This record gives sequence, C-alpha cells and structure tokens, in this order.
Amino acid sequence: MDWSALALSLELAAWTTAILIPLGIVIGRTLARRQFVAKSIVEALIALPLVLPPTVLGFYLLVAFSGTSPLGQIYETLIGRPLVFSFQGLLLASLVFNLPFAVQPVQRAFESLPEHIREAAWCCGMSPWRTFKSIEFPLVWTGVLSAMVLTFAHTLGEFGVVLMVGGNIPGETQTIAISIYDRVQALQEQQAALMSAILLAFSFATISFIYIMNNRTRRRREY
Amino acid sequence: MNTDSTAGLRVHLKQAAPIHLDAEFHCATGELIVLVGPSGSGKSTILRCIAGLTAPKTGSVRFNETVWLDTDLDVHLPPQKRSVGMVFQHYALFPHLSALDNITVVLNEASRIDREQRARDLLAFVNLQGLESRRPSELSGGQQQRVALARSLARDPDVLLLDEPFSAVDQITRRKLQLELARLRQQLNMPIILVTHDLDEACILADRMCVLHHGQSLQAGTPEKVMSRPDSDLVARLVGLTNLFVGEVVDHNSEPQITQLRWANHTLECRHRPEIRPGETVSWIIPPQQVILHRRDRPSRGERENPVDGVINDFVVLGGDVSITMFVEENPDLPLSLTLSSHVAHRNHLAVGEHITVSLLAHGIHLMPQR
Repeated sequence: MDWSALALSLELAAWTTAILIPLGIVIGRTLARRQFVAKSIVEALIALPLVLPPTVLGFYLLVAFSGTSPLGQIYETLIGRPLVFSFQGLLLASLVFNLPFAVQPVQRAFESLPEHIREAAWCCGMSPWRTFKSIEFPLVWTGVLSAMVLTFAHTLGEFGVVLMVGGNIPGETQTIAISIYDRVQALQEQQAALMSAILLAFSFATISFIYIMNNRTRRRREY
Repeated sequence: MNTDSTAGLRVHLKQAAPIHLDAEFHCATGELIVLVGPSGSGKSTILRCIAGLTAPKTGSVRFNETVWLDTDLDVHLPPQKRSVGMVFQHYALFPHLSALDNITVVLNEASRIDREQRARDLLAFVNLQGLESRRPSELSGGQQQRVALARSLARDPDVLLLDEPFSAVDQITRRKLQLELARLRQQLNMPIILVTHDLDEACILADRMCVLHHGQSLQAGTPEKVMSRPDSDLVARLVGLTNLFVGEVVDHNSEPQITQLRWANHTLECRHRPEIRPGETVSWIIPPQQVILHRRDRPSRGERENPVDGVINDFVVLGGDVSITMFVEENPDLPLSLTLSSHVAHRNHLAVGEHITVSLLAHGIHLMPQR
C-alpha cells in the first residue's frame, strides 16, 4: 500500500476543492443569471475537459507550463523553480480539468432558483449579500455540495493529465491513480488490487452521497 | 384621506420598447387603485417599475416628497431603498423556510425573540395562526398568499403593491381573501396598487380603477364612472361593455337640454353633450338596464322616448333575469342587449323571432369621441 501516494492525492483533491468551489459559485451563478454574447462559448470552454482526451489537455498544459512559455517563465522567475513536474503545476492542471465539475452543478442549482424569489427578498429590503446568504445559498447548497464531492472524487481518480503534467515523482507528483498503474506495470497485483478497492469504495460512497442528497432535497422542497 | 397634490404615490412611465409604456397615475394615501387590463397590457411591468425591479426608459416615481425614480435626474433607487411591500403573483415565498421564518428572515430587529414576536404579530394580522412552522409547500394557496402579504408588510412599507394576488387560488378562497383585503386595507393607511385582469375584482376592491391597454393608461376613475361613462370606445370594449354603436351628432337642443344623435334610421335624444360639434361621428353606449321594453298589451307613457324596434335573436335565462339580444330593424349589425326580469319576459311572451319595441332612455346614452 502506497500511503504517500494516497496522502498526495488527498492533499491535491483538498486544495483543488478549496480553491475551485468559491470560483465555481461565482462562475456558475454568473452563467445562470446573466445573458451575454459569448455565453455559449464560455460554457463550451468550461465543459471542454469533459470531452477532451486527458492526454490532449495534458499536452497543452505541459506546453503552457514549460519554461519557454510566458506562464512557465513568470512562475520560474517568481518562485525560482519550474512549474512542470511540481505539485503546484499539478494543482494548476487539476483546477483546469475540474472546472466543469465545480461549475456545472452550481450553475444548474442557480438556474432552478426562480428569479422572483430573489426579487421578493429585495422588495423586503434584503441587501444582495443578505439575499445570497439567507435565501440563495441555502437553496443551492446541495448543488455546491455536489460540486465539492465531484471535484474531490474526480481529482483522486484523474490519471492522464496528472501523468502528462506531473510526471511520476514519488512524494511530489505521484498520485494514487498513477501508483496503481505503476504497481500493475511492476506486476505487484495485490497492492494494485488493494488501492483500486479503496478508490472504488470511495468513489461509490461519494456518488451515492450526491444522489441521496439530491433526492432528499427534491422530496423536501417544491417551488 | 390626504388630498395634498404631492401626497401619495405619483407614477409617470414612458418607453417604446421592450414593452410599450405610457402610463401616468396618482394613488393617494389610503387609496386602493386597481390597474386593470388584458394580459400583456403592461400591468405587471408598471408594478415592477414602481418596486424598482425594472427601469423604464423615461419616467418618474415619487412617494410624497421622496424621489424613487427620475430618469431626468438620473435617480434610480434599488428596491431595498424604496419603501414598498410587494406580493408576487405566485407569492415567491422562500421554499426552505417556515411560514414564520419567511418573515423573520427579512426583519432587522436585533434579537431573535423580537423578530419572532413581530413575525407572529404579522401572521396574526393576516389571520394566519397555528401554522407558523409549516413550510410553504405544506400550506394551501390561500395560506401562502397570507404569508406573502404578511411578509410584504414586514418592512413597514409606505406603499403596497399586489400583483394578481388572487389569481392562483380557487374561487371560494378568492372571495374570502378579497373580503379580507377590503377589511385589512382600512388599517393600512398607505397607497395600495393592485394589478388584475379580473374586472369583477377591480369593481369590488377599487376606489379607483385605471384601465390599461398596451402599457397606456387610458382612463382612471371610480369603477362606477369607468363602467358607465368610459372615455372612449376602446375603454368600453376593454371593460366589456355591450351595446356599443357608432352615430353622428345632429344638433343640440337647449330647451329641453338634449343632444340629438343620428343612428341607423333613428334620431335619438341623448344626454346633453354640447362640447361635441354637430356633424361629428361618435361612439355611444347604453347599459342594457337602460333599454326598456314596451309592453305589448298596454302602451304606456314614456314610450315616445327613443322608440326602437327589432326582432329577438337571443334569449338566455340567467338566474331570475333574462338577457335578450335583439337585431334593431332586423339588422344583424345592430345587436342591442337588454335585461329583464324573467316574469316580465314571460308575461310578454317573448321568444326568439318575436318582434319587440324598446325605448332607449335618453339619460343612459353616453357619447364618446372616436379615437
């Protein structure tokens, strides 16, 4: 059992979720509420990681992070280390490929919230922030929870992008999914089976949790 | 009632698109104005402009001395800064909160106990007690409406806006809620603006009603005035008046004071309207109650007043009354309606196809310049 890989995966997932969820709320709410010219393009860009082969996404991220690209150069100048094959690079990639998982459930939740509920709050004198805190957020929080769980679980399971961008450095960029791949390559089938079972159980538990939450809210609430 | 010209709510809205608006009206403190008009006449948009949820291209909304909106001065207060209470058409209750918390959540009192006490008082004011802990989905339509009304009063508004508040409940509940509103409004000393497409509702509740068409306020007045003396044939049509015809003013007599109107092959004597020039084509109406049947067995006095004959085309019994439509001079383009007690209709052996003569009472004829 590769505990350091599991720990690294959990750390990556926790950071990704923590950074992406506030962003997902802002982006998802904006997309649900506002109409603008390039909205469809923005939505398509956010959804792109869902359909793009992870190796393709990984390739472009690798190019963008490399020392010859502006992003890679700036990072190296500021931090003094290359962005590729580092945990920070992995985290940045993770933020990109998890974007649809963080945005879409939140956007759907905001879209299902009738506009006149917010307007009623305003007409009762509630400020936009108070309306968000006391009315909107409690009504969309299952969507936010879905986004959190999906982002976390998906980060644990991502393989292609992580391999491309992070390489396979134990303790720095070797996640549990890659560790499993390594064990299979090394014919250490029992270890691979154990780690696979852990990931399977975790994935099933998180997905079940989302469905249970969604069904409970649907039963409890009618507009 | 405050009769000061600046007191109360003054609304003036004008825009060409997206929804045409050309509305102007005033609602005094303690007065209930009903905006009435068909779907798409801009009623709800006007209410939203008053609340600050929509901004018109040009216009102003003032409450007493306070400017809520003035496009010339570039003043456009958000809903939070306008002292309005609004009841939405489908109530827009917060679905995740109990009836009580739908109100406590909008209150500003510092302590939870104060907020709860005030929310309970408000629910008691709208006669909703014992259901404080229920969620909106566990309340009936009428109960939801009461919560919405209580919530709209929570901020102690200066103006109350009601957007089709009775459209989502059954008819019995609607009557009950209308009665309650009529009772509650006596304790609410503020301008109240109610939007509806239901004319009966408008007539029951309104101190004054304002008839809207394509965003334009055509006429504002007491329901009695609007229903019997519409300003135009369009208003007459919008409020569903029958017996609407076109004629030509012939002359005005000074003794007795009458106006003569040429219509079909008749010259009718009408209520005196000297301001209309002879020769002008006008629309005119007469309420069915002002059309008097000539008894067939025994002619009586008063039958010289605008006698008109025709053939009965339609005969409908409605409760104790009969609604009759006759074709004047057998002309299907001139359908004239009258209502009679069913015993009168029976005694005169009235039926479809029978010829009858009626009098159009001169004081019931209302002339309207054509648009």
